[in-house]
Amino acid sequence: MTNLLILPILIPFLTGVILLFFPKQITAQRTLSLISGVALIAVNIFLVIDIAQNGIRTLEIGGWSPPYGIVLVGDMLAGLLVTSTAVLSLPILIYSIHSVGKEREGFYYHSFYYFLITGVSGAFLTGDLFNLFVFFEVMLIASYILIVHGNTKRQLRESFKYVLINVMSSALFVIGVAYLYSVTGTLNMAHLSERIASLDVEAPILTVIAVLFLIVFGLKGALFPLYFWLPASYAAPPPAIGAIFGALLTKVGIYSIFRTYSLIFTQDTEFTHTLLAVLAACTMIAGVIGAIAHQDVMKILVYNVIVAVGYVLFGVSTLNEPGFVGAIYYLMHDMIIKAALFLIIGALITVAGTSHLKQMGGIIKYHAKLGWLFFVAVLALVGIPPLSGFIGKLMLIEGGAERGQYWIIAAMMVSSLLVLYSMIRIFLNGFYGEIKLERADQHGTTKGLLLPCSLLIAVSALIGLGAEVLYPFVSTAAETLLNPEIYIDAVLKE
Amino acid sequence: MRQNDIILQTTTKIVLFIILAFSVFMFFNGHNNPGGGFVGGLMTSSAIVLFMLAFGLETTKRILPFDFKLVAASGLLIAILTGMGSFVFGVPFLSHTFGYFTIPILGEMELATATLFDLGVYLVVVGVTLTIIQTIGEDS
Repeated sequence: MTNLLILPILIPFLTGVILLFFPKQITAQRTLSLISGVALIAVNIFLVIDIAQNGIRTLEIGGWSPPYGIVLVGDMLAGLLVTSTAVLSLPILIYSIHSVGKEREGFYYHSFYYFLITGVSGAFLTGDLFNLFVFFEVMLIASYILIVHGNTKRQLRESFKYVLINVMSSALFVIGVAYLYSVTGTLNMAHLSERIASLDVEAPILTVIAVLFLIVFGLKGALFPLYFWLPASYAAPPPAIGAIFGALLTKVGIYSIFRTYSLIFTQDTEFTHTLLAVLAACTMIAGVIGAIAHQDVMKILVYNVIVAVGYVLFGVSTLNEPGFVGAIYYLMHDMIIKAALFLIIGALITVAGTSHLKQMGGIIKYHAKLGWLFFVAVLALVGIPPLSGFIGKLMLIEGGAERGQYWIIAAMMVSSLLVLYSMIRIFLNGFYGEIKLERADQHGTTKGLLLPCSLLIAVSALIGLGAEVLYPFVSTAAETLLNPEIYIDAVLKE
Repeated sequence: MRQNDIILQTTTKIVLFIILAFSVFMFFNGHNNPGGGFVGGLMTSSAIVLFMLAFGLETTKRILPFDFKLVAASGLLIAILTGMGSFVFGVPFLSHTFGYFTIPILGEMELATATLFDLGVYLVVVGVTLTIIQTIGEDS
């Protein structure tokens, strides 16, 4: 089937467009969204198996061969990430149906949800730098709408900052693309990689462009010191939207750094990857300081998103196989577990009627399932062995040790411990402790909210327990990233 | 006080058709000369905006009783479907084709499926522009 590779982009796009025609029929909206959610998961899993059997898949859009046309490249990393995207988007969709309210749903909520997925899947699959920019914009414009959707005062204020910072970083992205095009004369990633590798002399301008791209993707992906916009804006929208943001948006920025720094900017790794490692270490520390400083449960969680960015980028900076394997494992794990945590904390806030840690307590007495789900999610987040976070972190440490970056490993261990502290504080103060709310005073129910949370935790447990099954896929992905020739050969077919 | 805007209204009635004709010209001209779906769509919307300025939103709604959000959505759908047409022939997504046809009156012409994609773009541009202007213009 020639067009298999377009389906992860086309299914959500087509769904979003069809949903535009009947915004007020909420039952029809929900049914169609759920059906496409399931179809998307099926197609993506099929795609991953196909890549595992036949190697990298490419699709020359419109029949124009690269580097002249746009090409979609499905290598294993992209395949795994689109699959994770689909797997987490369905539970979040179920959760939204139970939590965002009919008023929001009747106003194109599902359409923009699917446009966001379109942008994310497209960004993972594209093999062209400008096309990557376009998919970033598809994703961002959908996210602008979702962040302000429902126009509460807080959402209006935070969306303003969010839009401003992203318009800035998009402009920088275009400038970076323009520089790179004027130096190399091509925008296809494989062709770019080939041209840069064939330069005889070391070109300092390429290092400058590499740092410019690091700034751009660092702004999108919340890297130290460019993460300042993230905490307030992710805490503003309803938890379902926060979950899709926390699970996907920063990860696309990280993926772009991963892709460009393994494929394109490989000529002055001494400087660029050391810079990346230092920034990654600072990100871990800065994120964790925010996480332990706050008393607002949503803020604690949002700062943990930043910590994870640091871990993955540390793996990217190692440039060796265990580091890359660890980064890919951790990326997939973090997408799933952050979605789960956002949903659980959303349910917690619904029940407690407040997001302030000091005002809640003893929730576990009436909501035992929610409490233990949260507990398991925290253990998975920190990386207690049978669950999903362990194997990623272990490989990251191995990769760092191979490069002798012991200080960064130390920073990572300390920040892991503090992540555990910050999250377990929610468990001990919010779920345990003295009961501040009797059953009659509780503000909402968890009806329908527990199922999506449990689904995500189950996926996380599967990633952890099935690490051995997953390993061949992840190691193929890491191998492709370590040897850009495989990617270039698959795309340019020379 | 309501001003008498007979000059604006009379001029609009004449100029409107010139702009609309030019926008259609722009739309079909796009393959070989400057123009295409985007400019053509903007030009059509500017004609409708001129009509809104001269006659008011209510009159415009009466003579153009479309929901412009649906216009934009149908444009997107047309654009996707032209891309998906390639599925039927087993070629990559968004592959386009063309052929020469003899049409009464006009004679032999080159017809390309890219025009259908452009029609989608045209409808999206018209729909989005007018949705924005109508939404901002309406008193809520």
